Amino acid sequence: MTSRSITFTRRFSPVEIGGALAGLALLAFVLVHGGYFVTVIGFAAIYGIFCTGLNFFMGYTGQASFGQNAFAALGGYGTAILCAGQGWQPILALPVTMVISGAIALIVGYPTLRLRGHYLAMATFALGLITYELSIEWIDLTQGYMGYAGIPPLGIGRYELGSDREQLVVLVIVLLLGVWIAQRLKDSRFGRALRAIAGSEAAANALGIDIARYKLAAFVVAAVYASVAGSLFAHFIGFISPEVFGLSMVTLSFTMLYLGGIGTIWGPIVGAVIVSMLPEAFRGLKELQDIAYAGVLILILIFFPRGLAALPGMIAQWRGAKTGAAP
Amino acid sequence: MTLLAVQNVTKRFGGLVANDAIAFDVPAQSVFAVIGPNGAGKTTLFNVISGFLSPSEGRIAFDGADITGLAQRAIAARGLVRTYQLVQLFKDLTVAENVQVGFHLVTKGAIGAALLRPRWMRQQEARVREQANELLGFVGLAAQAEARADTLPYGQQRLLEVARALAASPKLLLLDEPAAGLNTAETQALAEVILRIRARGITVLLIEHDMSLVMQIAQRIVVLDFGKKIAEGTPDEIKAHPDVIAAYLGTNLGTEAAHA
Repeated sequence: MTSRSITFTRRFSPVEIGGALAGLALLAFVLVHGGYFVTVIGFAAIYGIFCTGLNFFMGYTGQASFGQNAFAALGGYGTAILCAGQGWQPILALPVTMVISGAIALIVGYPTLRLRGHYLAMATFALGLITYELSIEWIDLTQGYMGYAGIPPLGIGRYELGSDREQLVVLVIVLLLGVWIAQRLKDSRFGRALRAIAGSEAAANALGIDIARYKLAAFVVAAVYASVAGSLFAHFIGFISPEVFGLSMVTLSFTMLYLGGIGTIWGPIVGAVIVSMLPEAFRGLKELQDIAYAGVLILILIFFPRGLAALPGMIAQWRGAKTGAAP
Repeated sequence: MTLLAVQNVTKRFGGLVANDAIAFDVPAQSVFAVIGPNGAGKTTLFNVISGFLSPSEGRIAFDGADITGLAQRAIAARGLVRTYQLVQLFKDLTVAENVQVGFHLVTKGAIGAALLRPRWMRQQEARVREQANELLGFVGLAAQAEARADTLPYGQQRLLEVARALAASPKLLLLDEPAAGLNTAETQALAEVILRIRARGITVLLIEHDMSLVMQIAQRIVVLDFGKKIAEGTPDEIKAHPDVIAAYLGTNLGTEAAHA
């Protein structure tokens, strides 16, 4: 009995239980309330998927990519062209765009990932810009500035997810699946190798880790997640334009990652939800809205430099210091 | 039996000759030390042996095969694993996870196995955890297993680096100034660990400044000065070698001492 309760509390800390309950409460509220909130939380779920992928490359592996929006654009436009243009089933278009994005990440990443630090950041940044320009200029394929409309919602066969609420439930399920996969990949020989590279490339190399290969693998995983996020966005809103996958996607996702806690499993999700909801919370402030938003971000980064997901650890440490001995 | 043969290795950086035709044989299951004053070319030699640099001339044979010019990773896979002069831990990982990474070469499985977790993968993970804990016990860090690596005191970080290198099942362990920055008690703990590593049948080649450590644990010593090998022998032979005394204390002092 006692041992059972001990293993239970070890597996789920109060913070985790609280977080899960808060998440469920939020979802329940949004589903009941409906309307604009569904769109906001839907965006949060989509960005949560995007950031969970980006976290592989930037968090675990410790590399910089300013161009992951390129793969979201590939996913989004792939979905638009296949589903709206060619009349494909969404359930078929999704894996096809994932494979295409992964393959392109492999081809582009192979030469690009030889660069390090700032050079890698610049090269990936260029990747995002090129994709953005292509989505504007290649009008035959992307319909340019006008954007691509008429993308059907997710569905299987004749059955389509008619309401926004149904779509939101599916988005959350896909997000949780993405988190589950990320958790499995992180806690493995593969994940340890990625985190070793972030710690010290010299030591990782000395222990026989093929650094170039693992960086490329993390880049491709991140690209596939980004592609899924792009596709889901297209299905959820039904319309995409170049701006959707522009620079703002890069800055937003970075804010989410650092705010939530880079290199943690739940950090990207926490960040995505908060960054999506903050502007809504400050809506009443009208023209002061952006200032309040920026102020909150700065405060969080000053007091929780490792992100909000590091909070439970900080509390545990504080408690351990208070009681004298940590178990 | 010779495990590592360094054959006339020369390494030039432009006009600078960092290693000048250095040759020695490291017998299996020994503790072998390379000593010398600062700038003698010790770390360069280590970088050449471990494949971090390739030699300008000469050959390196390990375990009966020529490893000259192979990539560091390929050399590590053959059982020659090194540590660095400056501690290179995976700081964000726990002490136990650091050692678990060390098993990379002797385990397998990538994304697919991580995702599907077949039976062999679960068994491998359990084995990795168990052996990592065993290695932490071996170097005396079992109690710190769950701590973040960068919270350890410096001396323990050194020991952790050694445990991590041992996880790769090396035949030859290269330690680059393992006692640098350690206090007397920490150096003593390190000396004991090195002797126990040798007792496990692993050959140890170390670069060291700390003469008391070297004299205590090494069977054979090579002395470098200005990129050249100036002496080789047992600790007692090295202590009495006039060139070594001159290199360490300076020629003038040496002659003055002789005159006195």
